[in-house]
Amino acid sequence: MDWLDWVLLAARVVLVFGALIVSVMLAVWAERKIVADMQTRLGPRRAGPFGMLITLADGIKLFFKEGITPTQVERPVYILAPVLSLVPAFLAFAVVPFGAGVELFGRRVPFQLADLNIGILWVLAMGSLAVYGVVLAGWSSGSAYPLLGGIRSSAQMISYEIGIALGVVAVLMYSGTMRMSEIVAAQDRIWNIVPQFPAFLIFVTAALAETNRPPFDLPEAETELVAGYFTEYSGIRFAMFYLAEYIHTITVAAVAVTLFLGGWRGPVFDFLPWLWPLLWFVLKVVALIFVFVWVRATIPRFRYDRLMSFGWKVLIPWGLVWVLATGAIVVLPEEIGRDALVRWVAIGAGVTLLLSLIAPLLTRGRAGTRP
Amino acid sequence: MAEAIPRDIEGAEVGRGTTAQRLRDDLMVVNMGPQHPSTHGVLRLLLTLDGETVVDLKPIVGYLHTGIEKNTEYRTWQQGVTFVTRADYLSPFFNELAYCLSVERLLGIEAPPRAMAIRVLVCELNRIASHLVWLATSGLELGAISMMLYGFRERERLLDIFELVSGLRMNHAYIRIGGLVMDLPEGAEDQIRAYLKELPHRFDEYENLLTGNPIWRERNRGVGILDAATAESLGVTGPLLRAAGVGRDLRKDEPCSGYERYEFDVPTRTEADCFARYEVRVAEMRESVKICEQVLDSLPGGPVMIEDPKLRWPARLSVGPDGIGNDEAYVRHIMEDSMEALINHFKLVTQGIRVPAGEVYTPVESPRGELGYYVVSDGGIRPYRVRMRDPSFCNLPALPVMARGRLMADVVAAVASADPVMGGVDR
Repeated sequence: MDWLDWVLLAARVVLVFGALIVSVMLAVWAERKIVADMQTRLGPRRAGPFGMLITLADGIKLFFKEGITPTQVERPVYILAPVLSLVPAFLAFAVVPFGAGVELFGRRVPFQLADLNIGILWVLAMGSLAVYGVVLAGWSSGSAYPLLGGIRSSAQMISYEIGIALGVVAVLMYSGTMRMSEIVAAQDRIWNIVPQFPAFLIFVTAALAETNRPPFDLPEAETELVAGYFTEYSGIRFAMFYLAEYIHTITVAAVAVTLFLGGWRGPVFDFLPWLWPLLWFVLKVVALIFVFVWVRATIPRFRYDRLMSFGWKVLIPWGLVWVLATGAIVVLPEEIGRDALVRWVAIGAGVTLLLSLIAPLLTRGRAGTRP
Repeated sequence: MAEAIPRDIEGAEVGRGTTAQRLRDDLMVVNMGPQHPSTHGVLRLLLTLDGETVVDLKPIVGYLHTGIEKNTEYRTWQQGVTFVTRADYLSPFFNELAYCLSVERLLGIEAPPRAMAIRVLVCELNRIASHLVWLATSGLELGAISMMLYGFRERERLLDIFELVSGLRMNHAYIRIGGLVMDLPEGAEDQIRAYLKELPHRFDEYENLLTGNPIWRERNRGVGILDAATAESLGVTGPLLRAAGVGRDLRKDEPCSGYERYEFDVPTRTEADCFARYEVRVAEMRESVKICEQVLDSLPGGPVMIEDPKLRWPARLSVGPDGIGNDEAYVRHIMEDSMEALINHFKLVTQGIRVPAGEVYTPVESPRGELGYYVVSDGGIRPYRVRMRDPSFCNLPALPVMARGRLMADVVAAVASADPVMGGVDR
């Protein structure tokens, strides 16, 4: 790498950082507008055209507000927690390819910050680190509601992390790589959502829970826990949690697009050929975020214990089953011809056995035997 | 970190002795309210939590005390209406109705038939409005945020009707001793009729949104159970009692203001949980629509205020360019034409009417249950005592029963299903 590479990398880092901040701004505005429309309200409309600058105005307000630190807090942790929440949210986006790339100064510039060979693991790792911010915020606030929110979210995020991982593992087995750019490349003929639809459902459901979005917004269930883990936060520290949450949402949507919806793939036209993939990518992310918002406007909130039992008794078992099925799908074509019949029967029997073991668990989870 | 305050259920500190006591040290006491998003205003719930399980719940009231009951003792009988209407601010017409019926019984008079019919009409519209607020807020509390807006949207239309009829959106003081302050304005009947046609479709929409929703069912079914025997022994009334299978409804059992003339059912369920209360309330709204339609179909003519000049409120109201106010013709009449009319007006307005000594208790079926007014007169120009039996307050003791041993999230559902209005609780 010469100096030009470094400059280009730095430029991309700054661009992605800025784009994420701006997209959070737009996402918050869009969410408020969409939900308002679904609820026959007008939503924000004063700041800027169509109220688009409302988030900016809110951000500036929060920045200049007094950051009140309650007396009961564990100070260093209390101050560190929002940062711990924000940093992984940004970092996770580093491995997401958001375009096909462009030729600049005679060299190829990929639209991706770091094409790690363990790209997916990086996303999972950053998702797990984000839990620390939430838990420590809840614990260090020295107050009952944040503590409950923190406990809830640690349990919830860890549980649903497994759900996400299972969805990812299926894709990983199907694509045969952990590198994000290669996963996109592997979807040149057909998007993963078609052969991997169950994995897509599992991933998106778990991702909604992972990002604390409704109907899984238990850690901050405002009608129960006031504001959950960030009840005691104000000013810019509160804004950081808010920002982290939305960046997390955008990242999760971007990862889902990369894994299942063909990433930046889409028809490319002659005019500005580098722009089209970027456009398709953004459109797909926006579409997914719209679905998230739609869900929020429609569905009531889960109860905490039901949420956990849904995660452990429905999502994870089905994730496991699907991983097994994916294994069969991947391996069988190679194996066929060599004692094909025997293997088919053996795997079929295995799946049936597993299903029969899990089935009672599932029905019990759904029928709700809890009083 | 948050200190787990070692206290026992009664709130006293626990010594560090036996194992049982040490186990209790893990209990956490949390104040839910008076400033909390889902305690219906300023209800304070003292929760004793074991993890997320509720060990005990104590409702604490008094944060919205307004002194309405006491104030009525220092005002004339007619002024009482404007006080009591503010107590349970989600069902103002019922407060006015119960108060006026009580005073009318002491006076030994009865409102004209047209006034009685319109009273039923506005009360039933009020029941729908109140239940809509309940539907909206309990939807919000369980995370169905859109329901919040839909419920309030419909209620807004009803408030428009109230405004058209009485001049005010809330705290109407429309029902007065001896009748109504004024007749329905022109066009009100058509507007109400048109809206009554629309309402059932709206209810269908909300039921589509909620009734079959698995999360909504799961959050409400089997939650906040209050069986009939417990409910009756606690003095719980209204939808809570009817959801437990007891078909007690004062509109049927002790009809007032001509309720016996209209045909309607009293919806009951037997599950006694939050979902049953939801079903009961939605069904009640549909029944209320039926009652309102019958009232409009059989609306008698005639005056809306008794004729006795010694009792009837002398002033007349009319709609002017800036809304409802004193009728100009009447003001001219007392100021320029008739000295006797002015004297009569002055006496009745400043001194008030005299009510024969005695005491009555008049209950009506408010949206939340039995709303009773115990009114005592010593024969003077002011009430000796006006005591309200407010269903919001009397239903509160059910909360600990519904919440104990359940999760914290169920407390929210249970409180929502009890539908307390703090204005009525604290008065």
